[in-house]
Amino acid sequence: MATLTEERRSTSSSAVSYRRFLSRHISWVPVFAAVIILVVMIAGAMWYFPNFQLNRIMSSILLDNAYLLVLAVGMTFVILTGGIDLSVGAVMAFTGILCAKMLGDGVPVAVAIPAMVLIGAAIGLLIGVLVQFFDVQPFIASLVGMFLARGLAFVVSLESIKVDNEGLLWLQSTRFSFAGWYITPTGIIALLTVALAAFVLRYTRFGRTVYAVGGNEQSARLMGLPVVRAKLSVYVISGVCAGLAGIVLTAYSGAGYPLNGVGTELDTIAAVVIGGTLLTGGSGFVLGSMIGVFVYGLIRTIISFSGAEQSWTRITVGALLLLFVVVQRVIVSRSALSR
Amino acid sequence: MTFERVAVKTSERAAVVAMRGISIQFPGVKALDGVDFTLYAGEVHSLMGENGAGKSTLIKALTGVYGIDEGVISVEGTERQFRATADAQAAGIATVYQEVNLCQNLTVGENVMLGNEIRRAGMIDWRATHAAAATYLAELGVHIDTQSILASHSIAVQQLVAISRAMVVDTKVLVLDEPTSSLDRGEVEQLFGVVRDLRDRGVAILFVSHFLDQIYEISDRLTVLRNGTLVGEYPVAELGREQLVAKMIGRELGELDAISASAERPIDRTGTPVLRTLSLGRKNALEPVDLDVYPGEVVGLAGLLGSGRTELARLIAGADRPDDGTVQVSGSGARTGSPRHALDRGIAFSSEDRRAEGIVGDLTVAENIVLGIQARRGALRKISAAEKQAVVEEYITALGVRPADPNALIRNLSGGNQQKVLLARWLATAPELLILDEPTRGIDVGAKADIQRKVAELAEKGLAVIFISSELEEVLRLAQRVAVLRDRRKIGELATRDVDLDALVAYIAEGQPESAAAASPHTAPETPSSDREKIA
Amino acid sequence: MKKFLTHRLVWPIAALLALIAINTISRPSFLSITMQNGQFYGSLIDILRNSAPLMLVALGMTLVIATRGIDLSVGAIMAVSGAVALTVIEASPDPGNLGVVFTAIAAAVGVALILGVWNGFLVSVLGIQPIIATLVLMLAGRGVALLITGGFITTINSDPYKFIAGGYVLGLPFAFFVAIFAVIVVGVLERRTALGMLTEAVGINPEASRLAGVRSRGIIWGAYIASGVLAGIAGILYSSNIMAADANAAGLYIELDAILAVVLGGTSLAGGKFSLAGTVVGVFTIQTLKSTITFLGVPPAVSPVFMAAAVLIVVLLQSRRFRAFFHTAGRSALRPLTRRPDAKVLS
Repeated sequence: MATLTEERRSTSSSAVSYRRFLSRHISWVPVFAAVIILVVMIAGAMWYFPNFQLNRIMSSILLDNAYLLVLAVGMTFVILTGGIDLSVGAVMAFTGILCAKMLGDGVPVAVAIPAMVLIGAAIGLLIGVLVQFFDVQPFIASLVGMFLARGLAFVVSLESIKVDNEGLLWLQSTRFSFAGWYITPTGIIALLTVALAAFVLRYTRFGRTVYAVGGNEQSARLMGLPVVRAKLSVYVISGVCAGLAGIVLTAYSGAGYPLNGVGTELDTIAAVVIGGTLLTGGSGFVLGSMIGVFVYGLIRTIISFSGAEQSWTRITVGALLLLFVVVQRVIVSRSALSR
Repeated sequence: MTFERVAVKTSERAAVVAMRGISIQFPGVKALDGVDFTLYAGEVHSLMGENGAGKSTLIKALTGVYGIDEGVISVEGTERQFRATADAQAAGIATVYQEVNLCQNLTVGENVMLGNEIRRAGMIDWRATHAAAATYLAELGVHIDTQSILASHSIAVQQLVAISRAMVVDTKVLVLDEPTSSLDRGEVEQLFGVVRDLRDRGVAILFVSHFLDQIYEISDRLTVLRNGTLVGEYPVAELGREQLVAKMIGRELGELDAISASAERPIDRTGTPVLRTLSLGRKNALEPVDLDVYPGEVVGLAGLLGSGRTELARLIAGADRPDDGTVQVSGSGARTGSPRHALDRGIAFSSEDRRAEGIVGDLTVAENIVLGIQARRGALRKISAAEKQAVVEEYITALGVRPADPNALIRNLSGGNQQKVLLARWLATAPELLILDEPTRGIDVGAKADIQRKVAELAEKGLAVIFISSELEEVLRLAQRVAVLRDRRKIGELATRDVDLDALVAYIAEGQPESAAAASPHTAPETPSSDREKIA
Repeated sequence: MKKFLTHRLVWPIAALLALIAINTISRPSFLSITMQNGQFYGSLIDILRNSAPLMLVALGMTLVIATRGIDLSVGAIMAVSGAVALTVIEASPDPGNLGVVFTAIAAAVGVALILGVWNGFLVSVLGIQPIIATLVLMLAGRGVALLITGGFITTINSDPYKFIAGGYVLGLPFAFFVAIFAVIVVGVLERRTALGMLTEAVGINPEASRLAGVRSRGIIWGAYIASGVLAGIAGILYSSNIMAADANAAGLYIELDAILAVVLGGTSLAGGKFSLAGTVVGVFTIQTLKSTITFLGVPPAVSPVFMAAAVLIVVLLQSRRFRAFFHTAGRSALRPLTRRPDAKVLS
């Protein structure tokens, strides 16, 4: 029988290898774009602000946004399957304040922390069940989760609760320094979460199922993949991350506060999208989401450096999100056309 | 991973799949009634039947999509219950669908091995996985970069990837559901080569297709269903084409001959053409094309898949924006790049993908029919109920839409009836030129005949038609002239009176553009004009 | 068409009636309406008045959702609109002047219209996904509103402006009439003209509609403009109610309430067929729910839990309904949803 090899019209070998590169790595293209913009921003800031020290600033960005990084990891899983989770900010607040209360009531840290993660998982499971078994759209299902968590946060306490527990506070107060860079245990937790997630997505069958479901759920089902399990799991993972973020945030601010995280889900989605994950699912990387979180953190830092009001942060993030999306569209549609 | 060629003798064949007394009831309709079906190892078996015959339902019962109400399914002698697709897959039954159900966002290698990736210490070993995928693909003669994204390959290649995937899991039965609809001749050959090879290895292949030629080319045996019951099982050599169709529809094909007669009538090409394209083209899609269509004329566009027929139709109809050239309607220039403007000038276009680009599923038959005229009138001037009823009833009757219920949701109609509703939509806009792109694809024989007859009738009354079809007999039957395209350029035109099927096929495959003059009917003084006019 | 509406409205109306019944049982005064100084008072009247902003926003949201889109920026547009109106009135030497008030309203709605045009441009011309496109304004809009008010909560003293949310006409709240008027205008525009059917066509199959000559871009753009304008009017109602422009609180979470109202009313988030009547019922349901929660003495901050529970129940009912429907169709084995026969399969 005749063998089939793909013939491409271009003749020069560099064109061939460019095509080959694109056809293999196209989903990395938006991430590269995000990296470029991050680098440009850093370079611009270093040039414009005289006391902008890279190591101090980047370390403090990780410190201030560790919670967001954890949330973004969870959100990446959900968005990769084509869903969305609007509950993460509220769940983070709920677990945060519940943690603060439990610690205040004398519950040991070693019990409180896993409990928070489990609660996050439970709320995530609820959302996943609604989406998968009751055909509720992820938007609505996660709204239910958000309302629930936000209300429960206020049930725990209408005001903030300070945390004195040394075990928890250690996570934030300890710093490991090296050549002007520093990192706290919360930062390490966040980075470990990223690493673990990246590994799972790339090297486990579950991770590949997540990508498959996002690419074409019907196909994934027909291919015999455990679609139901995957779709439930991503919401549980998002909930776990929200629980973890609650612990991180409480350690960071030294208190639980029921009004935490209002609007954080949007910041999270913005970071994930800026980081190159497509909202339609099937394409994206947690490393990209990490870049997105750094972009967000850098914007906040630059704005406070320049002395402008904090409300400009949201405006700038909005504008930048728009810019990224338009640029992503242009890049992706152009490389699709060159096929 | 070596495969032995299994020499297969008829008397020794074992039934891989035996379905006995299968019945499936849906609300209001008994889709299958006591059907028996047998599939042997090492054969290519085609399942034949019209719409509603139960073909699709039987396949879905075999592949675990539907549960059966009565009857027994056995695989290699053991009785099986299929509660889900995974059960059928576990029994060794794999399906490759028309839409190629793979994940476009993942790599080729990954798609082949998805769910069966090679692991080391709990981690996926990508190098080994891709190497394995490459081997499976090579078994089918496919050598492509397994690390490339699936979406960067043609449908033909993707189908072969899907088939490779089936081979990874030791498939005994491979179901191919309309695999050739999007393939050109070369790709079909390729696919058939693979199919024959798998058959020789002992895989049972269940082949479903509307293309009778291909059925006869590839199959060993046929099973015919009609109205949910079994008509019979026949070795291919013993059942001629006319007999087959007669068994499928229970009526004769004679009516189609009446249609051919209409193509013989003379066309007046002395006046202004309804349509004239001058060097109409689009980068990476179509080289500049000149084409004339006269009132009452049916011009066929023929060529292999990817030759540019649909691209040309879309440029004329304003669905795409051209990079070169102009379009003239009845002598005056027409705006391009907008379907709305094309419709205003009297050009109506029926797209080849009626599901994605034709039907508005949740709206009723009536709403789908008036959509075109309502869109032209604008959002603010609503078509009155009386007018709507009149138009809708007229076309339901004229085209024979079943069920004849204006308030039925169009998505509940069969493919053939959906196509009729779409045709009604375009005809209601009173076009001067009607472009039909594969209007009879995936439609039962009865509806096919209805639509062809209607097109011939309308042309007789003066409508100009551009007709695109991969079924060349259809084109020869309806058209007075055929414009042939290859590799995105028009290579020439033939008068249908002067050619038969073989000549047309030969011209498509090898015909040379005689000169720029031949390809362009209205620029060449060198060729004797009297000869040119005779192409009618 | 009528059949569809009746079918779809059964559950939303049933839910609303059930809520009203529960309320009446626990507080019989729920249904009572008294008359004082020529004005009606009572829980039901409160619901009519308080639901007005949500009604306006939900109307716009219905149209946007029908085109397969979503508008997350409506709360932010409300905030901007309120900020513009109050800034105009505050800057005027005569805040009680009717002319000034009209100018303020016109300016506010005008700005809201521009924001709607912006949203529509991003979605229909640039082709950006609606959730992202409107997310941009949702993030940035409140910041803009804060900039307009200079970071403060602007308050004013103006009788004509106060009338908008607080006044009565023919005994009923003026706000209610504003909402009803909007419902009627949008309803007439969608159903008496072909706009409704064309919008549905665009939502169900945008490409087929384009090829049929439908002005898809205009329809989609128009939906976002309508959503913006209606949100602008809602912003005026809200700021009139508190006689202040609170950029952070105005319309907070209203986009979620609106989406819920639309979904409760039977319109699918996937776009296509929509029901304005359903949205109206959905709005009243949500408002009644809020009233119930307040009455039960639940602190407002905790009320989201009850909203979640209620939404959960309704959504489950809607989904179970579908499941039950197909299950009784007599299919054997599991998961009737995946074995639903469509004609597509049988052909």
